[in-house]
Amino acid sequence: MVREERNIFKNIDWITVGIYLLLVLFGWMNIYAAVFNEQHDSIFDLSQRYGKQMIWILVSILLALIILMTEPKVFNAFAFFIYGLSILSLFLVLFIGKEVSGSKSWIDLGGFDLQPSEFAKIAVNLAIARHLSSLNIRMEDLRTRITTFFLIGLPVILILLQDDTGSALVFTAFIIVLYREGLSGNVLIIGGLVIILFILALMVDKWIIIAFLALIALIWFSQIRKNRRDIVSLLGLFLLVAGFVYSVDFAFHHVLDVHHKERINVLIGKEVDLKGAGYNVNQSKIAIGSGRIIGKGFLQGTQTKYNFVPEQSTDFIFCTIGEEWGFIGSVLTIALFIILFIRILNIAERQRSAFSRIYGYGVASVFFFHFLVNIGMTIGLAPVIGIPLPFISYGGSSLFAFTIMLFIFIRMDANRLQLL
Amino acid sequence: MQKALNKRKYVISMIFIIAGVIFVLRLFWLQIVDRSYYFSANNNVLRHITQYPARGLIYDRGGELLVYNEATYDLMVIPRQARNFDTLELCGLIGIDYETFRERMKKIREYSLYRPSVFEKQISKEAYGFLEEKLYKFPGFYVQPRTLRKYVRPIAAHTMGYVGEVSPRICEVNPYYKPGDYIGISGIEKSYEEALRGIKGSRIIMVDVFNRDQGSFQDGKYDTIAVMGKNLYASLDMKLQEYGELLMTNKRGSVVAIEPESGEILALVTSPGYDPNLLVGRVRSYNYNILAKDSLKPLFNRALQAQYPPGSTFKLVHALIGLEEGVLNLQTRYGCAMGYSSGPIHVGCHAHAGPLDLIQSIAQSCNAYYCNVFRTILDNRSLPNQAAGYAKWREMTCSLGFGSAFDSDIPNLVSGFIPKNEYFDNIYGKNRWRFLTIVSLSIGQGEILTTPLQLANLAATIANRGYYCTPHIIRAVGKQDDRQEKFQQKHSIPISRRHFETVVEGMYQVVEAGTAHYYKMDSIPICGKTGTAQNPHGKDHSIFIAFAPKDNPKIAISVIVENAGFGATWAAPIAFLMIEKYLMKEIKRKDVETRMIEGNLLSN
Repeated sequence: MVREERNIFKNIDWITVGIYLLLVLFGWMNIYAAVFNEQHDSIFDLSQRYGKQMIWILVSILLALIILMTEPKVFNAFAFFIYGLSILSLFLVLFIGKEVSGSKSWIDLGGFDLQPSEFAKIAVNLAIARHLSSLNIRMEDLRTRITTFFLIGLPVILILLQDDTGSALVFTAFIIVLYREGLSGNVLIIGGLVIILFILALMVDKWIIIAFLALIALIWFSQIRKNRRDIVSLLGLFLLVAGFVYSVDFAFHHVLDVHHKERINVLIGKEVDLKGAGYNVNQSKIAIGSGRIIGKGFLQGTQTKYNFVPEQSTDFIFCTIGEEWGFIGSVLTIALFIILFIRILNIAERQRSAFSRIYGYGVASVFFFHFLVNIGMTIGLAPVIGIPLPFISYGGSSLFAFTIMLFIFIRMDANRLQLL
Repeated sequence: MQKALNKRKYVISMIFIIAGVIFVLRLFWLQIVDRSYYFSANNNVLRHITQYPARGLIYDRGGELLVYNEATYDLMVIPRQARNFDTLELCGLIGIDYETFRERMKKIREYSLYRPSVFEKQISKEAYGFLEEKLYKFPGFYVQPRTLRKYVRPIAAHTMGYVGEVSPRICEVNPYYKPGDYIGISGIEKSYEEALRGIKGSRIIMVDVFNRDQGSFQDGKYDTIAVMGKNLYASLDMKLQEYGELLMTNKRGSVVAIEPESGEILALVTSPGYDPNLLVGRVRSYNYNILAKDSLKPLFNRALQAQYPPGSTFKLVHALIGLEEGVLNLQTRYGCAMGYSSGPIHVGCHAHAGPLDLIQSIAQSCNAYYCNVFRTILDNRSLPNQAAGYAKWREMTCSLGFGSAFDSDIPNLVSGFIPKNEYFDNIYGKNRWRFLTIVSLSIGQGEILTTPLQLANLAATIANRGYYCTPHIIRAVGKQDDRQEKFQQKHSIPISRRHFETVVEGMYQVVEAGTAHYYKMDSIPICGKTGTAQNPHGKDHSIFIAFAPKDNPKIAISVIVENAGFGATWAAPIAFLMIEKYLMKEIKRKDVETRMIEGNLLSN
């Protein structure tokens, strides 16, 4: 046991830790630049966001150390217990929660606001890993799928009840994990097609799409054997797809909230309301675009410093990177993230335990979803969904959650040789 | 089975990488290819604040201020930032109704959402006081200080001209001007525009999202300082100008006074005139329309642009030319039987003793005498024919400043008219006209047209005994003692000095014992010449030109009072009063003064 303890630091994956530290420090610098204030020009000023972020970073490192000291079997053993606690906290927040900008998703812990939904990601990840790594569990079984979707669905529903759509959407990332564990690849393809059809249905008149679909069906029809079964299934498929297009159109116009509609309209370029819903994205694009190749330099960004970009230290932190560090800085940041994700996948694949592997995929998937939506939103490729950029965005809860999530995996990996 | 699922790592990695590549491509577009975001960012943050220099001031010859600047404020708006404020409160502050507000905002938005536009022009100091305190309530609105011209005395409106907003056409041609800038439109504001306007400065500041000043851009590296316009030192004598305008009250006509030695214009009165303060600021176009519609044409600068037949004052020109050509001398006498008759032609004259010699002919303004003089000029034996005689006469006449506009500093001068030989050739046919055809020129009638400025210049030329300096209104630009070089040049007349002395003596006799004897002043030896210009539109114009004192003259003057009859009745006494005012500083003959001021000739 003593030998093991000593080996932990030798066995942890320093590349991942290094990337983690780089991202966290770069994030801190950019928070400093984004909310820079001449009256409080010390980056250590605790009254400012950058000072607070420093505290969160120190606490995170402490949390990381504690996790590295922990016996990894604990995560497996307590996976469902942690999941239960998390569900409980999500319940609690509905009653004792504090409302911040429209979402009732915060618990006030005296000076520190805890966001249970951030930690639910870890809990769900642990629970899925535990569930899918159990003996006699096969993705092909309908029962397995139902239980797994239930594990994911429960917290999603609770988070949706808090009116925090963004955080709820993050859980769709687990589809990647399920795919790795055997869910049919058609799910991804069909999912992709559905999204494309969904966007098309919003952008183009529904009758044009339906007419186009009918044309494809006719061509297809001319190619197949004209037996009754094929004709019926082709007709059925056509009706299904056409029905989907029609209902998307209907839902968009009659079911969605006005502000959701606006955000989607802005995204697909149907609406250019630069003062209303499109303002954030437009300003964000201006800030990033004005960075040009090498950026304006540290603390020289005008768009973020003078508050043209809203939420520039949290959800729109990538604007500061784009403006002050330019194309080069932005690309390096993106590269760092992609390297991190692929590194996590590689580490996951080398795990002997299915639990660790599944957990690792969960980490990569959740991080990737945040990365995809957050940066996509700032450069106008994704709708404005308020979720943080991992390690970079300002905020204690999210930083703690991302840190804990990542370091549990690092801890598991450090122990991979001891297992079995 | 496990092996196959292993491969899915690559699918997932590929998804990650594709997402990264899409982001990089998108960033490449945003940050490198599409430059519009870069400009939008500058539009967000940078405000180019034009520093308008104060326009140069204008002083009179005694150093007294004529024109200065008064601060006003333009309320500017950047439409994109103007939101969430109390529209009605703003309307109330600047005194417009909501409809006007909406229409203006609509227009401004159509022009540009991001660029500042003028929302309300020329808010007075007082109104600005109220507005300034509440301006913080109206995001996107700010105030740009401007200046307006202000005139100390309501005089010399035409000479000063006025300043107005630059026209779009000028903006296109001259990049210095931006829409909304001011430019001199007439008078010396126009001719000295470049000196007066100064150099605009520009300051680039950065603002935050609430449009609050965040300091200068790059420590003011690109800022330029506004340079104030140069001051102008006019040759006008403010008191004389004011007095001239007073004398011309309720009369149509003009008074032009020149310092003979230098060509500096001392007074340039046109009547009826208007208060120059009427054509300033927001009320300008309103007042301009009223003035433009006035049947008395107050906007018409008679002193410079009206063209009259010079009448008998032109006899001085004939006398000078006749003497120079040797067809006339001091002893030349012609009889007068109530005029000049030749065949069917008769030029009438008034009753006077006769026959007259040259001096007396000027003093009595004998028409018959000058018909003879003009005939002898045309008949000059050294020349082949009358056409050549006329050409020579015309050449000498033009050398006195007639028939063309002076190259002066006052815009829109007119040339008058001294017909060329070709003019008569066209009417009558070549060699088909002779002295009798154009006999009316002898007495300054017929085709000849002159301006009051040209007549005053004639008086100045005779006063100088043979030269003139181009009449001008601005002595110095920038520094008071820096006289303008181009106006120092003396234009010499090809007529010998002694002939001028002869004519001066004649003019002296006009006042001493001749046609202008009635209002003669003992204190100052004045030389003058009356004129009565016939005109087809009504009663004759009363004309008088003069200079004084006889030796070492200080002032030359022309006075024209339209439809006032003989030169001696109105024009002469007004000229005398002007001379007295200028030379003696006070008027002794209050009765004459009162009569002149109160005389109302507008009903004629």
